[in-house]
Amino acid sequence: MSVLVFADSSEGKFKKSAFEVVSYGKKIAEQLGSNVVAVTINVADASELYTYGAEKVVSVSNDQITTFNAKAYASVLKQIASKENASAVIIDSSIDGLYLAPMVAVNLEAGYASNVVALPSSTSPFTVKRKAFSNKAFSNTIISTDVKIIGLAKNSFGVHENPVSGTTESFDAQITDADLGVKSVSVDKATGKVTIADADIVISAGRGLKGPENWGMIEELAEVLGAATACSKPVSDLGWRPHGEHVGQTGKPVASNLYIAIGISGAIQHLAGINASKVKVVINTDPEAPFFKAADYGIVGDAFEVVPTLIEKLKAFKQS
Amino acid sequence: MKILVCISHVPDTTSKINFKENDTKFDANGVQFVINPYDEFSLTRAMWFKEKQGATVTVVNVGNATTEPTLRKALAIGADDAIRVNTEALDGFLVAKQIAEVVKKGDYDLVLAGRESIDYNGGMVPGMLASILDFNFVNGCIGLEIDGDAATASREIDGGNEKISTNLPLIIAGQKGLVEEKDLRIPNMRGIMMARKKPLSVIEPVEVSSQTATTSFEKPAAKGAVKLVDADNVDELINLLHNEAKVI
Ligand SMILES: Cc1cc2nc3c(=O)[nH]c(=O)nc-3n(C[C@H](O)[C@H](O)[C@H](O)COP(=O)(O)OP(=O)(O)OC[C@H]3O[C@@H](n4cnc5c(N)ncnc54)[C@H](O)[C@@H]3O)c2cc1C
Ligand SMILES: Nc1ncnc2c1ncn2[C@@H]1O[C@H](COP(=O)(O)O)[C@@H](O)[C@H]1O
Repeated sequence: MSVLVFADSSEGKFKKSAFEVVSYGKKIAEQLGSNVVAVTINVADASELYTYGAEKVVSVSNDQITTFNAKAYASVLKQIASKENASAVIIDSSIDGLYLAPMVAVNLEAGYASNVVALPSSTSPFTVKRKAFSNKAFSNTIISTDVKIIGLAKNSFGVHENPVSGTTESFDAQITDADLGVKSVSVDKATGKVTIADADIVISAGRGLKGPENWGMIEELAEVLGAATACSKPVSDLGWRPHGEHVGQTGKPVASNLYIAIGISGAIQHLAGINASKVKVVINTDPEAPFFKAADYGIVGDAFEVVPTLIEKLKAFKQS
Repeated sequence: MKILVCISHVPDTTSKINFKENDTKFDANGVQFVINPYDEFSLTRAMWFKEKQGATVTVVNVGNATTEPTLRKALAIGADDAIRVNTEALDGFLVAKQIAEVVKKGDYDLVLAGRESIDYNGGMVPGMLASILDFNFVNGCIGLEIDGDAATASREIDGGNEKISTNLPLIIAGQKGLVEEKDLRIPNMRGIMMARKKPLSVIEPVEVSSQTATTSFEKPAAKGAVKLVDADNVDELINLLHNEAKVI
């Protein structure tokens, strides 16, 4: 028996979530008294995963899947899960992970829980806590099949070092034409920008900024902090910012360490999508804005005064 | 083209979420139910295929009789007919299995669903359905064109989007972008009148056991009060974020 974790990568480099799922997988393996096996696809050197407890890495190199392909990846994971006699498979609940995991579940006749936020509270029955009702609640869910698929919510477990002397085996995966029924034609991606999914810090602004011409200071603040930029829904609906920046219940979820909301009122649909962030800061002229009830720190003040000062002071702070 | 749109029946986004019976059940008391917002994008795209390319559009829900007003709403928006599979939607797998039967019987070649239901946030049904049926599948879809058997789609990826080519039969899990928000339709009087006469068939489920079960719900722990920092004292905010919260 083993616990299989999928260590996702992009262009040959591990995503941060890969270290989190390995850390988590290691702990579950301890709970179950089995060992953890990490799977990588097209990563030349997987030894980084040993740091987080992966005793064994199964490495797949295949030039038919140089970019993410959910169906083909699901087939690869099935092949390896069968070979390793996996009793649990851990996949991150990122955009790609959420695409992949339900297919792996059906392939392995396994029950699946997505957006899981903690280690199983019990392994028999196998019970996990997961997000529900758009972060307004959690549900405790039993997975009753022999094999379990766990989708791990970002930043919910954290990255924990646990160095082991691991080994890497290569695996020759079989990929059929049917597995490649969905083909990537091209990818359009802002280069050199921190993405909302990856970011430790997210700077988000709302209608309080009055117009798209005022986003210069938001981008500058993000740059100083190495943060991603985001916005409320009306801001993207008005075309002030790209749709990809819309966060909230019907936009992208945010689970960063720090979320700074500037000129955002804090409507229930907005908060639902960002609540999973660890520390929330609000800057708003209106002391009655609902965001103050959801935030850890707040400044009642005008963004056009507070943000430039914040940028200046942060620059000084970063230098000291 | 025969299109099936999966409709999940969920609490309105403004609902306060409460539980009953010792936190084991969702308390629907006073809650307004709506078409899952993601499914609305898919339904609207289906209407476009109906009007521009002559597709027929069926909507389906797996659930008990309380979901029928939501299906009627989808009919009022313009779907041709509706199917309700008469069973509790215990988990994503059970729902996917029931819908797979509907797809096979009805020979649908395009199934449009949503990225996730905003209640249980599983994001399970469309991908499971695709694997059960061995259809192609695009998740997080933000653009879809069909030409004969060929489909071009785009999906959201981390930090951008990806253009995809694939073929029918196809499962799509949609979100905003599949159509624009301003193009979403609100049922008008005529639509509502017509919906009353459109067929809504109730079919019995196939035998499937669920793979997961929710035993209880919890609310997030109550949060302490916000710490307010004076607007003239931005240094203090930096200090708190650095030394207390340790996030910068
Ligand atoms: C079905 C549905 C789904 C939705 N999904 C989402 C979602 O996913 N994400 C989302 O964000 N919203 C969502 N909404 C919209 C949500 O209800 C709110 O309308 C929206 O979040 C408000 O955006 P806002 O805070 O930017 O704007 P407003 O509510 O207009 O707030 C602007 C704020 O800026 C403050 N302000 C003004 N001037 C300044 C200044 N100079 N300095 C500082 N502060 C200032 C004001 O005091 C105010 O609090 C959804 C709504 C519905 C119905
Ligand atoms: N009970 C249901 N009946 C019909 N369709 C559903 C049902 N549950 C989920 N779906 C569809 O599957 C999508 C994803 O739902 P979920 O897997 O529950 O997050 C939804 O947006 C719907 O399109």
